[in-house]
Parts: sequence; C-alpha cells; structure tokens
Amino acid sequence: MPLLSLRDLTVEFATAHGSFRAVDRISLDIDPGEIVAIVGESGSGKSVSMLAVMGLLPWTAKVTATKMEFAGRDLLSASPKDKRDIVGREMAMIFQEPMTSLNPCFTVGFQIDEVLRRHTTLTRAERRTRAVELMGMVGIPSPEARLKVFPHQLSGGMSQRVMIAMMIACRPRLLIADEPTTALDVTIQAQILELLVDLQKETGMALALITHDMGVVAETAQRVQVQYAGQQVETRPVIDLFRAPRHPYTQAMLAALPERAVGGRLPSIPGVVPGQLDRPQGCLFHPRCAHAQALCSEREPDFLDGVRCHFPLDETGRPITRAVEEIGA
Amino acid sequence: MIDSPVLEAQGLERHYDIGGGLFRKPSVVKAVGGASFTLTAGRTLAVVGESGCGKSTLARMVTMIEPPSAGMLKIDGVDVSQPVDRDAAKRLRQTVQIVFQDPYGSLNPRQRVGTILEEPLVINRPEMSAAERQDAARRMMARVGLRPEHYARYPHMFSGGQRQRIAIARALMLNPRILVLDEPVSALDVSIQAQVLNLLADLQQEFQVAYLFISHDLSVVRHIADEVLVMYLGKPVEMASRDQLFSAPSHPYTRALLSATPVADPTRRRDRIRLTGELPSPLNPPSGCYFHPRCRFADDRCRAEEPLLIPAAGHRTACHAVEENRLPVEEVV
Repeated sequence: MPLLSLRDLTVEFATAHGSFRAVDRISLDIDPGEIVAIVGESGSGKSVSMLAVMGLLPWTAKVTATKMEFAGRDLLSASPKDKRDIVGREMAMIFQEPMTSLNPCFTVGFQIDEVLRRHTTLTRAERRTRAVELMGMVGIPSPEARLKVFPHQLSGGMSQRVMIAMMIACRPRLLIADEPTTALDVTIQAQILELLVDLQKETGMALALITHDMGVVAETAQRVQVQYAGQQVETRPVIDLFRAPRHPYTQAMLAALPERAVGGRLPSIPGVVPGQLDRPQGCLFHPRCAHAQALCSEREPDFLDGVRCHFPLDETGRPITRAVEEIGA
Repeated sequence: MIDSPVLEAQGLERHYDIGGGLFRKPSVVKAVGGASFTLTAGRTLAVVGESGCGKSTLARMVTMIEPPSAGMLKIDGVDVSQPVDRDAAKRLRQTVQIVFQDPYGSLNPRQRVGTILEEPLVINRPEMSAAERQDAARRMMARVGLRPEHYARYPHMFSGGQRQRIAIARALMLNPRILVLDEPVSALDVSIQAQVLNLLADLQQEFQVAYLFISHDLSVVRHIADEVLVMYLGKPVEMASRDQLFSAPSHPYTRALLSATPVADPTRRRDRIRLTGELPSPLNPPSGCYFHPRCRFADDRCRAEEPLLIPAAGHRTACHAVEENRLPVEEVV
C-alpha cells in the first residue's frame, strides 16, 4: 500500500481575475522508503501540491481531490487536530531558504525542542539528549555547544542541517524537501543531498524531493514526476525518463540542459510557460511543442500510461499515434 | 585588432575595512586578493566559485563601481587603478557594461522599456535626437528578440527571461567592448536559460564584445566560456582554457567542484570527492593555502606557505601539491 496516495489533486486560488488553477488534477503515489522527485519550472505547481498535502496553504486556496490519503488515513476529512498530529510527526517538510525558515528569535536548541515537546512524551532531559543526538546525525560539529546558538550565527548549509534535524526529530515516514539545496553552494549541496539520502536509507522514510535541477534528480531520485503549468505530464522511473523521455516537454527540457547539448547552440523551447490569463486550448504545451498536430490544440490529452500526450514519443524520440478509439476520431 | 586585450588586470586586490567597535580592533577583509587576467574582444572569461569567493567584487572593480585597493586594471589601454580625468572616466565607463543576476530587481518598475533603453543615450549621447534614440532602442529590441509592441510596456508585464533580454539590451545600447554578466541565467528556468544563453552567444558574434561571465553553475560555464578562472576565498586558484579545465582539472578545489556538480545522467554513479567543512570566514582566513583545511592533500608546507599561480601543462594553478607533483592522476569528469 502506498504511503501517500493522491488522486486528482486540484488547488485553486481566487484572484481578482477569477479563479486560478495552480495545481490541476495531479495523481501521485509514494511508497514507503521511496525517493520520488517532482520536477518542473516555476509555476508548475510542484510546491503548491505538496503544501496542500501538508495543509500549509492559506485559506484563499481551495483544495479538492478524489483521494488524498496518508498511510490509509484520509487527509481531506481529517479534523485540524488530527492533521496537526500527522504533520510534523509522520510527515515533515523542509524548505528552500533555510535562513528564513528558522525563527530568528529563538535558539536552535529551543526550536528542535519545540518539535519534540509537541509530538513526544519525552522528559526535558531526554529531549535534550535527543536534540544533541539529532544535531550529530545531521553532521553538525560540536552539537552540544551549537544548541545554544541563534540561526543568524549559522551558515546556509548549517541552517539547512538544523532544519533537517528538526524535521527528522520524530522519525517521519515521509519527508518532503522543497528545493532543499537551491540556495546553497554546490559543494554544500552535495553534502546536504548525501545527508538526505543517507538518512532516508537509515530510517527507511520516503522522500519527496521537489526540485528544478535535473542533475539533482538524476543523482538522487528513483522515480520522477514531471509537471508543467500545474499538470503532471510524465511520471516514470528515473533511468527510463532520462534514457527515452515520452513527453515532448520532458524531451525538450532535457535537450536544453547545457551539459547535454551537442554543438554550439542549445536547443531551446520557444515561448514561455502559460500564465493565468493566456492558457491555450487543448494541450497546455502545444504552442511550444515541436511535435504538435491539429488535435493537440483541440482536445486536452488524458494522463495515460504515465504520460499526458496525444502523441507520446517512442524509444527513438519520434511521436507515435495512440489507439484510434482513444483519440475519438 | 581583434586579438589585443580590451581589459588587463594584474594582481587586482580589493580590501574592505571592517570598522572596530569600542572593544574590537578594526580589521581588513580581503574580498579579492591578487587576480590577474585579460579579456579579449569576442571571447568569454568565466569566473567560477562559491559564495564569498570574490566574484561579485571582481565585477564591481571591472565596471569601475569600486576602485581596486591594489594592483593594475587597464581598460582599453588606460590604467584605471590610478586616478583618471573625468572625460576619460566617462568614456571608459561606457566601454564596460553589466547585466545583473536578478532581472526583477535591476529594472526600474516605473519606467517603460523604451525609457529604460534610451536612458543611457540621453546621458551619454546628448547629440542624438529623440527620434534617433527611439530608433536605436527599437533596433536593439528587435536584436534581442523583443517585439515592437513591448516598447511602451512596463517591466512587471514581462517574464524573467524577457526581463533579462531587456537588461541585456540596455547594457548593449552604448556599444560596450566589455560586458560583465553577473550570474545572468541563474534565476531563470532551464528552457528560458537556453534561450538567453543562445542570445548571448549570437550577440557576442555580432558585436565582438568581451564577456566576463560570473557563475557558480559549471554546466553553464562549460557551455559558454573560452577560459575559466576558479576562485576560492578571494584568491584565484586555477586558470585554464575551458577544455583543459574540464578535461583535466588540476587544483584539488577545482576537482572537488567538478565532482560535486550533479550530472543529469542517472546511469552514472560516481565516487564523489567529499569536501568536508565549510568556507572559512574571510575575516580570519587560514594560514598558508586558504584551501588547506578542506584539502585531502594538505601537508606542512600548505599550512605554512601561500602557493602562487604557477603555469603547468596549460593551466595556471596555485597549489603546492600540483607543483610538487604529488597529486594522484584522477579521472574526475
């Protein structure tokens, strides 16, 4: 049974120009102990969908789904109190900017202690021992002394380690990491990713890694969900996705990476991601797609066999036509 | 004249005084300590390093926003590290232009695109008429891939990639010979990043501008640079041509940096060079080689004596271990 199971998760925001769909019918299963990467450019809804799972969106957001379950419990109908017991204990999230996600007014030790106070029945002394142990686990030198420092006294990499320590304090079954290394230098990024993967192996927790960096995806994830303009366009095991992407967007995005480019010019994707007011008819990607045909601008493709496309690509990267009855000629 | 350098830097340094308090002694931070390089028309020099390595300070010196504390900086044959007269300074400032990292913060939100592009002309080309200025702005817009109707729009109506196009157009309005690009694509999405990188390559071909490309992203640098300068804590540690640097990095820090960069290929499992520890504070840098506390090959000499950039096999490397030939030959990339 999957640990987290989402079906048709949709998040809408009421704006001055009408309602805006930031996340559009996303389905995702995460198994226990699995590392899933959610990739996409800005505006693809990758953070919003996970914030919806955590219940951290503001009241202006309207979250709907046909199914949203964590370890067999329904998150949609759960009372706020039940949700608070799950969030932070069984399901935890770390954010992109470690410097701003810690409270500058309290010491690091106090903030780790707060999590343990809320979610465990440990005594004061036990909590302190656990906090020191956690700081050691995430590779902070002289953890005992570091409990007394304030966030501004730490570097970005150290702050992110503290965030990770807080989030694994209750041994969560699912850790959601939202661009955990984007604000960090590349040598520190390597350290933090290694730490996350090691912790994942050690504790057996599942890891949902939100990122825009295909290099990070390739090196850490087992399965990848590619999102575009709020929709999932492709969900595949990582090796297959990089070897032979099936959605034209995935193909174009991989080709646009400077390190994969052959020759002087980068194959770029023309145009920009559609915004709230200029959503195209039919497939959202068709105005930028190299393989678009007439059907693509008329009908929206369904998400089938892990790809949302009328003409998914075959092993050689050429589009194939799906079965006739599906197209509904 | 294509091969003559448009910019020459020799032992460029920039220090900042950190004011002492009541109980604290004033101290000096060496943000950049001894960078030497040349820029040639139509070529790209990339400066790579982590935060705090002095890349942005270097950009501020090259654009004459800040004077160097020591060393020589020659732009177009004129030494600007010495006081220069007003007219010469004005002329030289036009030869160097800069594009900043954040396309959201570097454009005035209350000016239309046309006004933004014409402002450099209003200030520096008083002889031009309004019609000529508009004409020049429109031609440049077409050149960077903006549509004519964008002329009267405000920056907030554009996406990040298009704003970066506006910033590039503005920097090119005065036909500079040097363009400093301070992380120009790091705030952009992959598909847009590719568009902007292609545009930069085209513009360089057309205008024969020299690029000083500052970046922390090695895959971008590998794509765009002709030569690469790697910096660590304000010191240049290695300088080489792009191909040499990426095929055979010599300095241990360069090796670690290359090894730490994730590669978009899941079938490739590598043994990563682990760099332990973090960047030391530039206020209190380590003795000897700045990199020795994080280096696997450090010995007593590294802890005591500062290495100099020494030419070896096409590279210039500041490392005792490389000089003494005691680094293992590794296949990193």
